[in-house]
Amino acid sequence: MNPMQTAIALWTLVYKEIKRFTRIWPQTLLPPSITMTMYFIIFGNLIGSRIGEMDGYSYMDFIVPGLIMMAVITNSYSNVASSFFSNKFQRSIEEMMVSPMPNWVILAGFVLGGMARGLGVGIIVTVVSLFFTRIEVAHPLLTVFVVVLTAALFAIGGFINALLGKKFDDISIVPTFILTPLTYLGGVFYSISLLPSFWQGVSMLNPILYMVNVFRYGFLGVSDIPVGWALTAVLAFIVVLFGLALWMLERGKGIRS
Amino acid sequence: MAEPALSIRGLTKVYGNGFEALKGIDLDVADGDFYALLGPNGAGKSTTLGVVCSLVQKTAGQVKIFGIDIDRDFAKAKYHLGVVPQEFNFNQFEKVLDIVLAQAGYYGMSRRQALPRAKELLTDLSLWDKRNGSARMLSGGMKRRLMIARALMHRPRMLILDEPTAGVDIELRRSMWEYMRRINREEGTTIILTTHYLEEAESLCRNVGIINNGEIVRDTSVRDLLAELNTETFLLDLAHGLDQVPVIDGFEVRLVDTAQLAVVVHRGQRLNDVFASLGEQGIQVVSMRNRANRLEEMFVSMVEQGNARQAAGRATEASA
Repeated sequence: MNPMQTAIALWTLVYKEIKRFTRIWPQTLLPPSITMTMYFIIFGNLIGSRIGEMDGYSYMDFIVPGLIMMAVITNSYSNVASSFFSNKFQRSIEEMMVSPMPNWVILAGFVLGGMARGLGVGIIVTVVSLFFTRIEVAHPLLTVFVVVLTAALFAIGGFINALLGKKFDDISIVPTFILTPLTYLGGVFYSISLLPSFWQGVSMLNPILYMVNVFRYGFLGVSDIPVGWALTAVLAFIVVLFGLALWMLERGKGIRS
Repeated sequence: MAEPALSIRGLTKVYGNGFEALKGIDLDVADGDFYALLGPNGAGKSTTLGVVCSLVQKTAGQVKIFGIDIDRDFAKAKYHLGVVPQEFNFNQFEKVLDIVLAQAGYYGMSRRQALPRAKELLTDLSLWDKRNGSARMLSGGMKRRLMIARALMHRPRMLILDEPTAGVDIELRRSMWEYMRRINREEGTTIILTTHYLEEAESLCRNVGIINNGEIVRDTSVRDLLAELNTETFLLDLAHGLDQVPVIDGFEVRLVDTAQLAVVVHRGQRLNDVFASLGEQGIQVVSMRNRANRLEEMFVSMVEQGNARQAAGRATEASA
């Protein structure tokens, strides 16, 4: 394929993915918006007013970046996991496999589609948060950069999950038993400085902690961990997981007999 | 000499569980041919076509599509290939038009190029009126035609159809045959199909390959294959029922039911002798017809012979 044909193929797949999740918006865009609104009302407003300050900020201001990041992570991941797995299940993945489209375009198309939903939901949650607090962004470029990287990383993760999944249960195990606990324990609702030193050390093994903290640093200018180190770790994860997903696709893992 | 549309050499496929689906098959399909790949279930037809369209990974062997080795430049080879699989493999929730336009996009066709082509194909296949409807609302026959339209969007030189008319009613099957004949004749598209309807192969195809137990047992023209057929079975409807099979010298006779006889007539034998003998025995024939289908008889006999040879081979191995 020449570069123009490759670009058309990539756009076709991204457009198809965006069309898919916007067509079923009551399942994809509405629920996270309602859930996050509940978090803002209950944790931020009702309980948060009794908690007081966290790292020098009101509790509402503290949890806004974490909740936005949580929405981006779960939606980027689940979009690709469910969409790619459905394509496998309905065998419509064969439409792509018989075409001359390179494997990296297939991977990039699904990942960009997942990022679009993750970032779209992130924007919706940000807009909802404006009803509860005034948002000031200390480092706008860094904020955008880290949220895009995070969406990419978890979209790739969702792709690998779908590639390996054999039944629908397989694509809900990772989000339920790994992603959700790691997100809740990743500093969305609290600063790890509140934890005893042992649990602080354990928390440092949680990759989501780094993303939430860098994102919060972009908003508030405070972080529990060094920002440069965290960004490097996220970039390294993206490179390694993208390479792994591409290698699995080339080998036909989970899609070719 | 022109490159064959498809050239397969020593193609082997061993699945993860150790099952050897293809045992080093060789096959050539000429450019512009209408070729049928026949075989019983599990013979290796779909595996062979799966390798050609990249849905199955081969274990060994070489596949060339219009001279392009798929191991060297599969992407280039895929431009020449359109695939209509056995089972519906599109997103049932998408619109008909979106399905064909997306497929064109995967081949690098812009929407501007793809729209007129989509209109042409969907109109030809009587689907244009359904273009804005969800694919799941289509009937089974319409879904099959949608897959044909989708496969032809990028104007492939070779079309592979895996059991294209399975579950399709007779009228629709005939109209699909006519369409396939037309694109083969007018556009020169090479067509390879697998089918269980041997009448389909006899009616449509010029050449035929018979595959059984992962091996090509015959690769010849339909005409030559039929010329080899030296027996024909006739079904005779009788005026009155019989209790036992009448004896006709030199002919193989059996009762299909009490009022119908099946008589096998070899080349050189005369039907007059059958009627004369039956007349002498006081048996009256009301009507007669040729048992369909000639190719099917030959196919069944070939497959049975192949299976018998294989069973004998296994028995010899076991006793050794």
